[in-house]
Amino acid sequence: MPALWLLCIVLAIAVIGFFLGRARAMASAQGDARHLHSLPGYYGYNTALTVLVPALGVMIAWLILQPMLIQNAVSDAIPGTAYADTGALNLIMSDVRRVADGLDLAIAQGAMTPDAATALSTETTNIRETLAQVGVALGSDVEPYVLSAAQDYRRLNGIGHLAMTVIVLALAIGGFAFAYLRTNKDFRARNVVEKGVLAMLIFAASIAIMTTIGIVLSLVFNTVEFFKLYPWTEFFFGLTWAPSFGGGSELGIIPLFWGTFYISIIALAVAVPVGLFAAIYLSEYATPAVRAFAKPMLEVLAGIPTIVYGLFALLTVGPALVTVFGPDATGWMGGSRAVITAGLVMGIMLIPFVSSLSDDIINSVPQAMRDGSLGLGATKSETIKQVVMPAALPGIVGAILLAASRAIGETMIVVLGAGAAARLSMNPFEAMTTVTAKIVSQLTGDADFASPEALVAFALGMTLFVITLGLNVFALWIVRKYREQYE
Amino acid sequence: MYDAPASEQKVTQNETKIAARNVQVFYGSTHAIKDVNVEIEDKTVTAFIGPSGCGKSTFLRCLNRMNDTIDICRVEGDILLDGEDIYDARVDPVQLRAKVGMVFQKPNPFPKSIYDNIAYGPRIHGLAKNKADLDDIVEKSLRRGAIWDEVKDRLHAPGTGLSGGQQQRLCIARAVATEPEVLLMDEPCSALDPIATGQVEELIDELRENYSVVIVTHSMQQAARVSQKTAFFHLGNLVEYGETGQIFTNPVDPRTESYITGRIG
Amino acid sequence: MTDATSTPPGGGARTKSSLMTLDNRVRRRNAAEARFRAYGIAAVTVGLIFLALLLFAIVRNGVPAFTQTFMTIPVELKADKLDKNGNRDIEEIKKVSTFGYKPLIIDAMSRTLADNGIESPFAKDKDLEKMVSASASAQIRDFVIANPGRIGETVDFRVLASSRVDGYMKGRVAREDLARDKNLDAEHLDVTDALNEAGVLKREFNWAFILGADASESRPEQAGIGVSMLGSFFMMLVVLGLALPIGVAASIYLEEFAPKNRWTDLIEVNISNLAAVPSIVFGILGLAVFIQFAHLPQSAPLVGGLVLTLMTLPTIIISTRASLKAVPPSIRDAALGVGASKMQSVFHHVLPLAMPGILTGTIIGLAQALGETAPLLLIGMVGYIASNYPDGIASGFLDPNSAMPAQIYEWAKRADPAYYERAWGGIIILLLFLMTMNIIAIILRRRFERRW
Repeated sequence: MPALWLLCIVLAIAVIGFFLGRARAMASAQGDARHLHSLPGYYGYNTALTVLVPALGVMIAWLILQPMLIQNAVSDAIPGTAYADTGALNLIMSDVRRVADGLDLAIAQGAMTPDAATALSTETTNIRETLAQVGVALGSDVEPYVLSAAQDYRRLNGIGHLAMTVIVLALAIGGFAFAYLRTNKDFRARNVVEKGVLAMLIFAASIAIMTTIGIVLSLVFNTVEFFKLYPWTEFFFGLTWAPSFGGGSELGIIPLFWGTFYISIIALAVAVPVGLFAAIYLSEYATPAVRAFAKPMLEVLAGIPTIVYGLFALLTVGPALVTVFGPDATGWMGGSRAVITAGLVMGIMLIPFVSSLSDDIINSVPQAMRDGSLGLGATKSETIKQVVMPAALPGIVGAILLAASRAIGETMIVVLGAGAAARLSMNPFEAMTTVTAKIVSQLTGDADFASPEALVAFALGMTLFVITLGLNVFALWIVRKYREQYE
Repeated sequence: MYDAPASEQKVTQNETKIAARNVQVFYGSTHAIKDVNVEIEDKTVTAFIGPSGCGKSTFLRCLNRMNDTIDICRVEGDILLDGEDIYDARVDPVQLRAKVGMVFQKPNPFPKSIYDNIAYGPRIHGLAKNKADLDDIVEKSLRRGAIWDEVKDRLHAPGTGLSGGQQQRLCIARAVATEPEVLLMDEPCSALDPIATGQVEELIDELRENYSVVIVTHSMQQAARVSQKTAFFHLGNLVEYGETGQIFTNPVDPRTESYITGRIG
Repeated sequence: MTDATSTPPGGGARTKSSLMTLDNRVRRRNAAEARFRAYGIAAVTVGLIFLALLLFAIVRNGVPAFTQTFMTIPVELKADKLDKNGNRDIEEIKKVSTFGYKPLIIDAMSRTLADNGIESPFAKDKDLEKMVSASASAQIRDFVIANPGRIGETVDFRVLASSRVDGYMKGRVAREDLARDKNLDAEHLDVTDALNEAGVLKREFNWAFILGADASESRPEQAGIGVSMLGSFFMMLVVLGLALPIGVAASIYLEEFAPKNRWTDLIEVNISNLAAVPSIVFGILGLAVFIQFAHLPQSAPLVGGLVLTLMTLPTIIISTRASLKAVPPSIRDAALGVGASKMQSVFHHVLPLAMPGILTGTIIGLAQALGETAPLLLIGMVGYIASNYPDGIASGFLDPNSAMPAQIYEWAKRADPAYYERAWGGIIILLLFLMTMNIIAIILRRRFERRW
């Protein structure tokens, strides 16, 4: 792996640079560290960082950009007659990459000489068979233009790797020389190193922003692609969800929305009363011993992964509900996957979420309020209902909104517990599906990423992201306002 | 009367409202109140004075069982209200607190409208027969709280929007609205500026006509200004209790004298 | 004070009453109080009951996965079947596929029955094959290839019983179920009972479940979670290696150096919102950026780790900032006061003091990442049969693998109910990991927590 070797070489130069830079600084101060501007180590760090940062920065950027640039260059070379739309082009390009990788692999395994690989032609060799021998399976025979594109791809890749190696090494050595020559006893190494470190800290802090930008861009680009293939009016207002990979899909989001909404409502109907009353009891009534036991126990529920809840819904709660409401009893429920199953289990998952947020909020209501009410002869429950709750209301609304956003974005419970059928129905005993469950089903499996049936997942994700983000921003704003009021 | 020196205040003997006998209070293992005996009179302002941490607030909170809300607090001895032991198992603290109201150190209006703040007590105790009755109680209480003129045009504005002094008078009016027999005040002026303090002190003096008022204060001047009886607490002991004039001019106990003259505090 | 009237505000409507008697209203109010309190107790109880039910379901359904039914059968390694030419050529022996070993197993079974005096209820001995796991022939073949010299001998093999026999031994498969099951007949169960009495069938602790690889749909008795555990391990290495340094660096900047301006405000709002973005959206991000855009390999723990890093970062940043904030300013002032630079005061004094808190937050973040499933579905860590151990470190990061929660999901989706037991068992292992991590975090917090 040349990139790995390159990394090791750069690291080695940095380590050597550290010791040489330090030694040079000491030498310029006649071996007495007191004559130096900074501690000797800083001169070493300065050299090492000057070697590492530019070289590795360029290397990472190169590794990310090179495939894209080469991809574009090569796909321009493919004749326009060979494909109908971007989807077909993507398929051809993945063939091109596979052929190119296969040829590289064949050379690496010694099945082919480099020259032979370059001289290959579709007329003289059956490339599909040749590559199958080294373990690369192709879906179809290799067209001439695919082979030539693959050769281009390999050539450009080779040039790219060579150029990268040269430039990165040049940067590393140049950085070393620059820093080493600058090193003398009056050089303000500490300040320079600290500036460098600060820049790295800022970079780390920006990763959060970059993540958001990444999310937004990946959603927006693919959503735009989707709306090019499928009218947005039908997506947002369509009442039917019936994807078929053969084409002619109906991709209306409303049934998915309804399922999401219905399940979330049931979940909140379970979690809010239980969580809120539990929080009230634990913060206002419970003895310290009860609180010390019950609070962490409830929080255990929050630490359990959602896959566990999913399994619990599918294999325990669902069948249990069927024995009560199923065909053998009241007959309301057909199968164990239903809105009520998912909603109930999701409600259990949200109990600790609601209760610990509400607990915080109830505790931040000043004791003076309670004293005032109790001092007037109110009972505890009157105090809670008429003074504490109204005072905490904005915060609790915020907590419930956060819980709602959790419920809307929850995936595993609905994938396992809610079913796969998109339906507009009021019956909670029926199976329905949600936005998240459909994102999973549209993007797993061997879907072609250029088809509307796969791209719709991004539009669904976009909608989900916008809704949960809106809820979160609003809820966090309410909670923050509320906290400020009592601080 | 307000400006009259304490020694010249007319002193009349009223009937005993609250009698404490051998009261001990423990916070966990701390002995906070040691063997306090005191008789608080009706229609009198009684001041509890003493250095910080001497137990005066703790004792005050025993008088309407606000200490019940603290888990580790334990009260021994008898406290009688009109001859009935308020720590008797049959007594509901809720009913007791309706008779013995309390005003706190920091003004603590509820995050509700001024009207709802006052109406809160009457509503929970069911004092009003109808809306008109309730309006009437609110108005009278606000008048008694000497704040009616300032808020009558904005009864439905939030109580938290008032100034500190107004808030405290609102809290007093709120306490009055439940028709208590005793009003306990825990340093009611400590969070207020001098002008607001003057208004509240004037109000306390007015309230004496109908209620037995017990006020905890760390300001000796305030005690001298508003009270007829004064109790001096020190390290959990009730050191001295008597006519305000006498305590301030001619204390019996040397500790009282030290405190009054500023040697301890 | 002209407003003060001399009558009490209520008009003196209240008559003097004794404290010792409760009036009706107070009694009603006290009843309401008791009811309210009861609701609270009920809510806490309901929460605890749910927890108990959940744990009960996990333990009850999952514990059987840790034992498996084995049987020891004497297999005669017939030379005429395995090595027709008799020259013990390893290449020729390898040409005999697992299918060629089936008759040996059937013979061994019928011999076992005969040895124990059990009469075979089957017309054809071939039916006995259903009692032995399909993995047995591969096991025997591997043995023969490793020891070609033992062809012709009779060797005792400890082989897995088939999943139905195992299920019957565990009480999962009842006789009534057989009507719908073409894999087993009532006669098989009679034989199972007899073999069990004879001590040939044994339920033993199944290390293969913890350490082994996943198996194909048709042999649940062989499936294990070991390979996907390694997948999770490599993912956690990526998360730890990236999220901890980046998270700490970002927190140091935001807490110690960042000027108060729009940009830092934006970062802060952004981080608290990222923490609440549904995990599936991170999966979409991973799919679009790492797989479609950067062409990283699908199903690779590296990609899973990157996605989980981005997901865990906000959690780590939030907890790290809290522990940095908990270090009192006096420490910073003391360092600055003796002439340290801001950077030195942070790295030499503040950071070491905040370290226990940071580690606690990181462990909790890792635990969250370890249990996360949804984003892994989108980057292809599900639907893949994790049957091979990675060859080395690079292959551990880059070769397709699964992860524990993804493996559990995969098992839950499979049609054979025998896999449900595996899924529950997998949950027990996953929860044991999470519990250990949380306990370490709690111990760290208890031991090093400082109150300033």
